[in-house]
Amino acid sequence: MAITNYDRPLDLEYVRPQPTAERDLARIWEREPGLWGWLSTVDHKEYGKRYIATAFLFLLVGGVEALVMRLQLAGPDKRMLTPEQYDQLFSMHGLTMIFFYAQPVLTGFSAFLLPLILGARDLAFPRLNAFSYWNYLLSGLFIYAGFAMGYGANDGWFNYVPYALKQYNPGPNMDFYALGMILFGVSSTAAAANFVVTFLRARAPGMSINRIPVLAWGTTTASFGILFSVPAVSLAFFMLWTDRQFDTHFFNWAGRGQPLLWQHLFWIFAHPWVYIVVLPAMGIVSDALPIFCRRPLVGYTVVVLGTVATMVMGFGVWLHHMFATGIPYLALSFFSAASFVITVPSAVAVFAWIATIWTGRPVLSTAFLFFAGFVVTFVIGGVSGVMTAAAPSDRQLTDTYFVVAHIHYVLIGINVLAVMGGLYTWLPKMTGRLLDERIGRWNFWTVFIGFNLAFLPMHWTGLAGMPRRIYTYPEGLGWSAVNLITTIGAFILAVGVLLLLINIAVSRKRGFPAGSNPWGGATLEWSIPSPPPPYDFEVVPVVASRHPLWEEELAEAGGESSVKRGLRLDNGKEMLATTALDAEPDAIVKAPEDSIAPFVAALAATMFCAGALVLSWIVSAIGFGLLVMSLLVWLWPRRELGQIAEARGG
Amino acid sequence: MRGRDSHVVVALTLALIAPSADAAQGPSPPMNYLQAFGGKAETIANLTWALLILSIVVVGIIAILTFAGVVRRRTPRPATEAERQPIAREEGGLSWITIGVAISTIALFGAMAWNAYTMAAINRSPRDPALTIVVTGHQWWWQFRYKNGDPSQIFDTANEAHIPVGQPVRFEVETADVIHSFWIPALGDKIDLIPGQTNETWFEARQPGVYRGQCSEYCGRQHAHMAVTIVVDAREDFEAWRVAQVRPARPQAGALAGAQTLFIARCGACHTVRGAFAGGRLGPDLTHLMSRRDIAANTLPNTLANLSGWIADPQAFKPGAKMPVLELPGPELATIREYLETLE
Repeated sequence: MAITNYDRPLDLEYVRPQPTAERDLARIWEREPGLWGWLSTVDHKEYGKRYIATAFLFLLVGGVEALVMRLQLAGPDKRMLTPEQYDQLFSMHGLTMIFFYAQPVLTGFSAFLLPLILGARDLAFPRLNAFSYWNYLLSGLFIYAGFAMGYGANDGWFNYVPYALKQYNPGPNMDFYALGMILFGVSSTAAAANFVVTFLRARAPGMSINRIPVLAWGTTTASFGILFSVPAVSLAFFMLWTDRQFDTHFFNWAGRGQPLLWQHLFWIFAHPWVYIVVLPAMGIVSDALPIFCRRPLVGYTVVVLGTVATMVMGFGVWLHHMFATGIPYLALSFFSAASFVITVPSAVAVFAWIATIWTGRPVLSTAFLFFAGFVVTFVIGGVSGVMTAAAPSDRQLTDTYFVVAHIHYVLIGINVLAVMGGLYTWLPKMTGRLLDERIGRWNFWTVFIGFNLAFLPMHWTGLAGMPRRIYTYPEGLGWSAVNLITTIGAFILAVGVLLLLINIAVSRKRGFPAGSNPWGGATLEWSIPSPPPPYDFEVVPVVASRHPLWEEELAEAGGESSVKRGLRLDNGKEMLATTALDAEPDAIVKAPEDSIAPFVAALAATMFCAGALVLSWIVSAIGFGLLVMSLLVWLWPRRELGQIAEARGG
Repeated sequence: MRGRDSHVVVALTLALIAPSADAAQGPSPPMNYLQAFGGKAETIANLTWALLILSIVVVGIIAILTFAGVVRRRTPRPATEAERQPIAREEGGLSWITIGVAISTIALFGAMAWNAYTMAAINRSPRDPALTIVVTGHQWWWQFRYKNGDPSQIFDTANEAHIPVGQPVRFEVETADVIHSFWIPALGDKIDLIPGQTNETWFEARQPGVYRGQCSEYCGRQHAHMAVTIVVDAREDFEAWRVAQVRPARPQAGALAGAQTLFIARCGACHTVRGAFAGGRLGPDLTHLMSRRDIAANTLPNTLANLSGWIADPQAFKPGAKMPVLELPGPELATIREYLETLE
């Protein structure tokens, strides 16, 4: 992002009248055709869709892994899987869903929607966005390459030492996981930095801090969470790798390392991560539910404050994953109390949604059904979380299926249901065609019933004492019937997910054209055509209220938002930068043109890690060299961005 | 659904409705912790019950509110573009949040107070423990060492520990390899076994019985088969058991002496039998093997058939277990089993 200096004397050559053809926004912003254009594009919409598609691919893979495990657990003493197969399946299932589905799918929504709801033409750093996508894809393939070779992670997504150390885990399984996670950390950090800057500096003029849609707040809050939490886990995985390869003894008690250090580093990352994968999803509901209730969200300000408060407090509760590790009484008391208190801001959101339903006129579309179902499953996941906040009860509940049920209510109930509702709401914006409502209803009910059938009885399984991560169990412990029910529910849920995919496939060709605003939404993305043109906004919109498209009905704004008239900014790829709090116009920035460099940089980073995996320093060195070169190409000062001219102007 | 399973579901439901009923038989289902069989477990179970009931009530209220809101306020279908309700800003929404959050916070603080009370109540044993047992976790079995001021009274056993009824027992937990977690649901909460540190916990049992527990921290391939049994005895029974356990195996003569020699040669590198010259420490102490209810960390009932099968091919029952397949010839297998039968 380069900033044009207003005070600079006018360069007459620069402002010469240009032929209309050169001022055609579509021509300026469109990507090149063909494979090269596909790889080198930096369009945020393109990457948003790719993020969502890739995340759903991982969801399917992780889902199949879950179904195989559910077959093994359908009855007592089944011998379909060997213990090692089961261990790899539950580990890969967990890390796939948590790292390669739950967060990236929300990143996809944010990458696609953030500029559209903020009234910008792209993210602040379009090339960084491309890089973070390619890096995400490659890190997922990296870890799955290990699985395909029979070396999948086999110590759970939490990966406790010393079982993850070479002494107990001699294969390369853990090295694939550790290095893949470092790559993934780079990807999520890049995306987070991009979202934060976009949120702060790329909003439409007039979109002051109290007029920003909740989804943008959720994305940005989660992005701050990523920036603060991912370093811990990247460091932990790096230390694990050096422990395994060079006997550094960070975690190995034999060398007087600390096994608990891993747990602290992991959970100080992984607990905030839970909020990272739910806050943007809650933002989706807070923004989309009001559309279908035909009224603004109740309590916008407290919901936003609650979002931020949840993330901040989310950094102070990680020890509740370690209540059984023998930590001192005082620490136990503090973290137990903190884990209770963190539910208060979530309660704010729940009552805000219910109030929005009660004081609105809900239109029972499929999307609305998902959001209404979400409110209930959100609360189920929340109260079971409160139960685990109580340290004494948690030491009974932890590592039983009660916690498995809890985490699935969080990840499916809060993430998947919101994402599916979000797709019914915004997929028409992405493709230009509505999803079928009849299939949609089937989709919702199979997902909702299958999910609850699988996971509500699972609380019982945990209360009946079934530990997690066991590949089989004997008869007579009261676990058999509930496990069979869970297996049946899991398959119904799988059918529901397939219905969504069928609906998407069918509607791509035969869906009803969406038009620019199929639901009568209030925010800026509904003011532009579906799918949006490459440049998103013909003119930079100016915002006078929180609901620019509902101003006539609500009469809440002093002035009037302008979405049809405004700055056209057609001298090359141009965007408007605004100030952080009041969103006053600050500068015209030049967006970078397409480039293959981000893709090459991601490949090079993966090559660097692959070299480290096989301890081939030549490969790593070549990867590093390639990385440096691609970064040079990426960042080389360019005249069309005004970077060279500015340097000369000094 | 098979008959037994449905029976278990009914038993579970009954246990949930009437936690104190039918307690004499031990917990049913065996690993549930909503029925408590000791003071500490009961204090925790009360808190868990309170939170569980509170949770169900909250979910019920929210579900009803959501459902009622949708039903009462919904727009008639089908709602085409023209029929859509106009956008409206109705007042009064905020009071939902104020009242709702206020009530939730009061409930939450009540739960926090109960939680704090419970934490303080179970932090230490009410009386000095009568007995200290060192629990060492191994992949994938449990070692128990009964501490005693008199060194001649210290003894080891595996996978099945007896404790006296009505007396607090202290457990010092350690691990020989990776992290495990020691957990007897009906008697108390779990505690992790972590390399390099000794964690402590305690519990007391209110009535004699057999209580099942299981390793509850993932510890590798046979995490699923790392169960443990706590047998709660009347005091005199416990004392008799303890005295019997302290004794070394009785000396053998005749054919059994040969069997003992064979056992030492084949099994002694890993297993200890006190009194014989078998002092291996990699596997469980077998001095009083036949006094135990189960074998292989309670994977199989301790019957002669299971014992033979287990020695012949442990990997068939616990794939990945540390006990190798020795490929013993049939007669040797029978001889070793005969010797094991004497270890009462």
